[in-house]
Amino acid sequence: MPDVLLARYADCIFWLARYVERAENLARILDVNETFSRDSRGGQNWRSIVQLNSDEERFLASHDAPAAHSVVNFYVIDGDNPTSIVSTIRYARENARTLRPLISTEMWVQLNVFYNRLTELSAEDLAPGNLAALFAMIKEACQTHTGITEGTFFRDQGWYFYQIGRYIERADQTTRLLDIKYHLLLPSVADVGSPVDVSQWNALLRSAAGYHAYRRLHAASTTPARVAGFMLLNNAFPRSVHHCVREVGRLLGEVKSHHGLRNGNDAAEELDRLQAVLGTFDIAAILRSGLHEFLDSIQRQLMAVTRELSIAFFGYTPETSQAQTASSQ
Amino acid sequence: MNPSVLDGYDPQGFYCEMLQSAASRVVRERLSGLSIAALKQRAGNANAELYNLGITFTVYSDAKTIDRILPFDVIPRILSGEEWQHLESGITQRITAINLLLDDIYHKQHLLRDGIVPPDLILGNRNYRPAMRGIDLPHKTYVNICGTDIVRDERGTFLVLEDNARTPSGVSYVVENRHMMLRAFPDLLDEIGLRPIENYGARLISALHEVAPAGSGDPRVVLLSPGTYNSAYFEHVFLAREMGVPLVEGRDLLVEDDRVFMRTTGGLSRVDVIYRRIDDDYLDPEAFLPDSMLGVPGLMRAYRAGNLALANAVGTGVADDKAVYAYMPRIIHYYLGQEPILQNVETHICREPAALRYTLDNLAELVVKPVGEAGGYGITVGPKASRDELDECRAKLIADPANYISQPCIKLSVAPTLVDGRVEPRHVDLRPFAVTGASTWILPGGLTRVALRQGSLVVNSSQGGGSKDTWVVA
Repeated sequence: MPDVLLARYADCIFWLARYVERAENLARILDVNETFSRDSRGGQNWRSIVQLNSDEERFLASHDAPAAHSVVNFYVIDGDNPTSIVSTIRYARENARTLRPLISTEMWVQLNVFYNRLTELSAEDLAPGNLAALFAMIKEACQTHTGITEGTFFRDQGWYFYQIGRYIERADQTTRLLDIKYHLLLPSVADVGSPVDVSQWNALLRSAAGYHAYRRLHAASTTPARVAGFMLLNNAFPRSVHHCVREVGRLLGEVKSHHGLRNGNDAAEELDRLQAVLGTFDIAAILRSGLHEFLDSIQRQLMAVTRELSIAFFGYTPETSQAQTASSQ
Repeated sequence: MNPSVLDGYDPQGFYCEMLQSAASRVVRERLSGLSIAALKQRAGNANAELYNLGITFTVYSDAKTIDRILPFDVIPRILSGEEWQHLESGITQRITAINLLLDDIYHKQHLLRDGIVPPDLILGNRNYRPAMRGIDLPHKTYVNICGTDIVRDERGTFLVLEDNARTPSGVSYVVENRHMMLRAFPDLLDEIGLRPIENYGARLISALHEVAPAGSGDPRVVLLSPGTYNSAYFEHVFLAREMGVPLVEGRDLLVEDDRVFMRTTGGLSRVDVIYRRIDDDYLDPEAFLPDSMLGVPGLMRAYRAGNLALANAVGTGVADDKAVYAYMPRIIHYYLGQEPILQNVETHICREPAALRYTLDNLAELVVKPVGEAGGYGITVGPKASRDELDECRAKLIADPANYISQPCIKLSVAPTLVDGRVEPRHVDLRPFAVTGASTWILPGGLTRVALRQGSLVVNSSQGGGSKDTWVVA
């Protein structure tokens, strides 16, 4: 029996991976912010999270200025907020429900139980003293999903599209995190060396689980350029944009050759261009020409890759892929 | 004190599937070594696991979807090898007759010309599909999957209540219930000669291969579902997984040059057999309801061209119609020259003068059902009806006798069931699942549905029904 995968399933597995990755990243950001931003700039930090997801307008429509409690509530348990963790895991679970014939029972059960648990969270769970435990639970549940998938998901086409989705989302999340935080922190570049400043940069690294690796590399100094360079370009850091993009390129090449898929050349070309950019410039050059513009162009290219994948493999037309990409970001 | 499971259990005069079964002795002994408290705890674990596994059906309320599990009662319903053999041969006989009936009414219609069944009952039936006329099916099998509803009366006699020959559901519960029992009660079913039910998916796909279009080599089978919001979606997942085939929706398929394809990551890929869980009406907007969003335009063209097998075939609904049911004993006799092995619930066909007279004379003891297309409506239950209601029913019967059948009230058998921490008798029925390709195979056991409300005879999941594992022992 030839190896086939329904186009719609490829789409669902790609987005299942993206949504879980997205939820994990959001939990990381909220966690670090909660732990390291109980200082004079706390309010500004919470606002930056709302900006990170381009949710400022929607947030302010139903809340006052962003503060710890309202932002956490908005991003964890607010089912009416499409970018909340509970909504994101709901989308992941809906995709998993569609994919039940394809994914392992363990994958489904864990997501089902995780989602049910999120819907049962109360205000009590979001009280300041309980937040660290809550974010640990969410991160672990997402990582459990990743681990169960690694250990049980059959290695056919679906596995490739799952991983491609995961790495694209991770690259995208890292650019967003860097974009917002870097901007926020730049005004303080003059204060390099002050305790507050270092703790902010460390917080940024921690939210991407890069703190310890960064220390091994640059034990003595924490500078904005080095942190940005690490998160964007480091080849060994699993959440760096360059690493993620390279993985997507590798996976796309493999799935095409191993499974005889003729389509997808446009996506591959898009990825080649992206890799060339990330492999050519060093961080100093990127900062000189504008980090924000650079990150923005990477985000646009990642969207273009998603669009090309949608047309090549997921059964979308150029028109429907435009709408799909727009609504999923 | 810790009472054990069957202490003080009283079937209240009904036929009891546990106490009156010759095959249940070992299980009864083991149950008497188990306290109700322990049973309750294991039952709680089992139901929590079903929920986590998402073995659920979906109900809609306030525009929200809610996943519910079919309540599962852990005390098994037990059938002996002899009882099973009787059921097996009776169901096989019935399905054989139904397939012959369908082949006949979509071809030469001997049955109608010989006056066995009034032609308008068949040809005027809304489930009769003229589009099926003259289509020759492999092995003349129309009903590949059948779920016959069977009840037992107060003497323990098995009676057929309904032939579900369209898209019967419930088999996923049978298998999942068994998995649950294997995990929760290994001590109860150890070494009792319990017949396994593991191979349903393999049997099903073999049967579907048998009816694949000639020349399709290694045929590609898919399962066609209305989608994730269908209440039986879990079952569709289960069946696709057990058969190892793609679970598709209408939008995944298309027809080109009278051939069916599915959209894959590598382009279009040929489809030969569709196990469809979509009603005839919605299957093909070109042939049936034009505004159906669930189906695939052109499917019937591919079917007529012999490029596609559909399971079940289109137009089988006429065979499980209430009116046609009444004629089933005669249909079996007509095609097979045999007496029915399994009886119908005694049915009086009021279009026949003697049956009408009997019905009118015994109205207060009978259930009167209209046979027309409006199935569930207008049923009069004699013993529960007021004098006015009986008079009204009498008038309707006299005005249009052909629209009615009547049946006695059946005292359904009971099985011990855990309800609110007590073990009480509850009424049950049985739906065995039969798979037919070139020949018929029946999954040993079937779905035992149980009416969880005291005194209730309604076993439907939508109305407080639950299920039990059905054990065919030795």
